[in-house]
Amino acid sequence: MFGQLILNIYVSLGVPQQEAGNPTVATVIFIAASLTAAGVFDNIAQLAGAGIAVPVTGFANSVTSMAMEFRREGLVTGTGSKMFALAGSIIVFGVVTAFVVGLISALI
Amino acid sequence: MQTLTVERKIGKQSVLLEKDIMLLSSATVAGPKEGLGPLSADFDRICSDNIIKEKSFERAECHMLEEACYLALGKAKLTPEDIDLFIAGDLLNQVVTASFCARKLAIPFLGIYGACSTFAEGLSLGAMLIEGGFAKHILTGTSSHNCSAERQYRYPTEYGFQRPGYAQWTATGAGAVVLGSGGEGPRVESITTGKVVDTGIKDPLALGTAMAGAAADTIYNHFRDLDRNPSYYNIILTGDLGGVGKKLNEDILAAKGYDIQANYADCGVLLYYPHQKAGPGASGCASSALVFLGHFYRKMMAKELRKVLLVATGALHSPTTVLQQESIPCIAHAVSLEI
Repeated sequence: MFGQLILNIYVSLGVPQQEAGNPTVATVIFIAASLTAAGVFDNIAQLAGAGIAVPVTGFANSVTSMAMEFRREGLVTGTGSKMFALAGSIIVFGVVTAFVVGLISALI
Repeated sequence: MQTLTVERKIGKQSVLLEKDIMLLSSATVAGPKEGLGPLSADFDRICSDNIIKEKSFERAECHMLEEACYLALGKAKLTPEDIDLFIAGDLLNQVVTASFCARKLAIPFLGIYGACSTFAEGLSLGAMLIEGGFAKHILTGTSSHNCSAERQYRYPTEYGFQRPGYAQWTATGAGAVVLGSGGEGPRVESITTGKVVDTGIKDPLALGTAMAGAAADTIYNHFRDLDRNPSYYNIILTGDLGGVGKKLNEDILAAKGYDIQANYADCGVLLYYPHQKAGPGASGCASSALVFLGHFYRKMMAKELRKVLLVATGALHSPTTVLQQESIPCIAHAVSLEI
């Protein structure tokens, strides 16, 4: 619903309906990352649960929180390498699923 | 050559101390959340935030332990040179907090790990070493920090995962105590060293449930070894079982024929108000250290409580073993204190 609100704002700003999805996702990611940095995301998540953890907001939070947590261990060895420690499996399984689904649709 | 005789051991797991080994002084440094709890008046120092102007949570934790150690030394009117041994441990990998603190104190150091039972482990080792004539004064301390422990055992601090209702809150703070003979203070009367008990719990958030079995086992063996009943003590204190584990501990002991409900409390339950969102209570090394050294030490000094059995409990898992689907082995050490 929150995403729909932002999507509608983009549409009203003159972005075509079909292309408004991308800036919407970017905005939601930005908001989720900002809330993580401000230290309130975890409090919202305690209440909202899967509603906020499953969509792209959860992904943004996992990356941002890891990046912040391991900043002290250096930019490369800390932030850089630990950033996707939680989110890495989402990417791996996302790519694998996309490949399998793509293969099936190509065969049909 | 003298033949070896074991004179102090009693029963299967316990020792009875004969010398007057006292807790000469105690000091506590509490984190901000603990400082807002019901025991805030009992702490020597309350930190205004989690990082106290340090560069990392680990350094902040070390700072707290150092401060607790110096406070305890100051109260006992001793300097680091007067201390024969420093025994300490914490929750972080390779017990870094204690080791880094020992680097500054420059006292001969023994690092220990007993997870959240570290406080009682340090206390019992220290008391036994003094009883055996190996040291005159021993400083022992422990610390835990919510942010550094959460990162190591679970997720980053800002990661938004939903904590189930039974998940305990790792306490932030440090406690230190000077052990020695003579002087004033609660006396270490007997010690029961715990066995590792594994009840097959695999959920690293259900630590109270996992540790209840170990606590019950140690308390049961303490009563058996020393031929005592729960009513012998003014209060029996477990370290950090939380509300869930406390109830379970009562039930297990009741089934074994010891009803402890009348004079039983859990440090984890006492540390926070219910509205502080700490689940069923506190966990971590600091839980038993803060509550016992802050609150109950004062009560004992005021002679309001004369006999206290402190049973600190610890879960001996690591993040790796949890991911490898191993169950969580737990331990509990009991120290009987009298004044």
